[in-house]
Amino acid sequence: MNETHDSLAAETAPADEHAAHDVAKHIRGYLMVGATLLTFTAITVFLSYVNFGTQKANIAVAMLVATFKACLVAAIFMHLSSEKRMIYRILIFTFFFVFGLFWLTYLAWYDPITR
Amino acid sequence: MEIPYTVTARPDTGLWNAKVGIWLFLASEVMLFGGLFSAYVFLRLDADPGAWPHGLLNVPVGTMNTAILIVSSVTVVMAWASLKMRRFRAYWWYMLVTILCGVIFLGVKLIYEWPQKFEHFGAFIKKDALEKYEPYLGNHHLAEKGLPPRTEISGHLHNHEALHDENVKEYEIALDPVNADPANPAMDRPHFLYIPPTEKVAKIEKADVEYANMFLPKHSAYFASYFTITGLHGLHVLAGVIVFTYLWLPVGTKLYKRNPEHLANRVEVAGLFWHFVDLIWIYVFALFYLL
Repeated sequence: MNETHDSLAAETAPADEHAAHDVAKHIRGYLMVGATLLTFTAITVFLSYVNFGTQKANIAVAMLVATFKACLVAAIFMHLSSEKRMIYRILIFTFFFVFGLFWLTYLAWYDPITR
Repeated sequence: MEIPYTVTARPDTGLWNAKVGIWLFLASEVMLFGGLFSAYVFLRLDADPGAWPHGLLNVPVGTMNTAILIVSSVTVVMAWASLKMRRFRAYWWYMLVTILCGVIFLGVKLIYEWPQKFEHFGAFIKKDALEKYEPYLGNHHLAEKGLPPRTEISGHLHNHEALHDENVKEYEIALDPVNADPANPAMDRPHFLYIPPTEKVAKIEKADVEYANMFLPKHSAYFASYFTITGLHGLHVLAGVIVFTYLWLPVGTKLYKRNPEHLANRVEVAGLFWHFVDLIWIYVFALFYLL
């Protein structure tokens, strides 16, 4: 549970010159991510009018782009790229159960038991 | 009594209270939306070929709303960064833009998108009557191209009394472009720009109709899931706007003067919620508007 001394200090320290400078460094990154998200919104709209052969292929492409965008939001805007260990622990449980939910959905549809 | 760790982090976890709280809450939100998306997958996979509608939503408007949410995600993170750098004026402006983005998003949904659906009408034709309405369905053309058939004729209903009055034997519909000119290859795939119903009016006998209704949740599995998921998402946007407005009002200024870091933490937590709402919309937009 021990964090490195540096990251803890940055969290607890009142916003001195150092902390303010730390945030200022990231601002360009936030703007870049915003621009990337807007660009990929345009790309996903464009790709939905391209025929990839089957409806399944179009769904796969759209979901890939959406997941890329979602990962950007989570990693940068929600600071998950460098978060404390306890948050990751909470999220590992969450993803375990969400994965279970969609796995059940999959099993119900493809019905491997009675088929 | 002073509550510990509202501003400073607990030494063992490195986290202040609200940060843990919001992530636990977001974890439960993932399951809430996960359940609804899983229901969507069930309904969609279960639909007959051609029965899941495409192109019923206005893509340019949806794209604009997506862009508005992305911009608001940037401005809320900038508002937080401004507080960290102790630039209150900048924070105030970024927060105002965020709130306005949320209000515009909701306005577009409630004033334009949803009411436009409520005014639209669709009638699903019985299997044995499909041939009779071939001029509006164009299924011969679709079969030649190997595309799934159409079973619905949609547009603006002229005689609304037909919905309730049993003595009215037919629906009069100003046809959507796709039913007005169904054999036109340009109608095989959805259009990017919304084209309103045409002047061409069709009369459809009630006896030939399997089911007909306005574009309400009970119209189809598609609209049921569309209204449920966008409705719940809209409630989240509304909640975000209320919280942001509270933090933007003089209450926020007072807190800033007392302890700027406390306000920064509150904005960060509200921002995490807002980014999550944006993240959900990224999937909603792709699933309902584009696919």
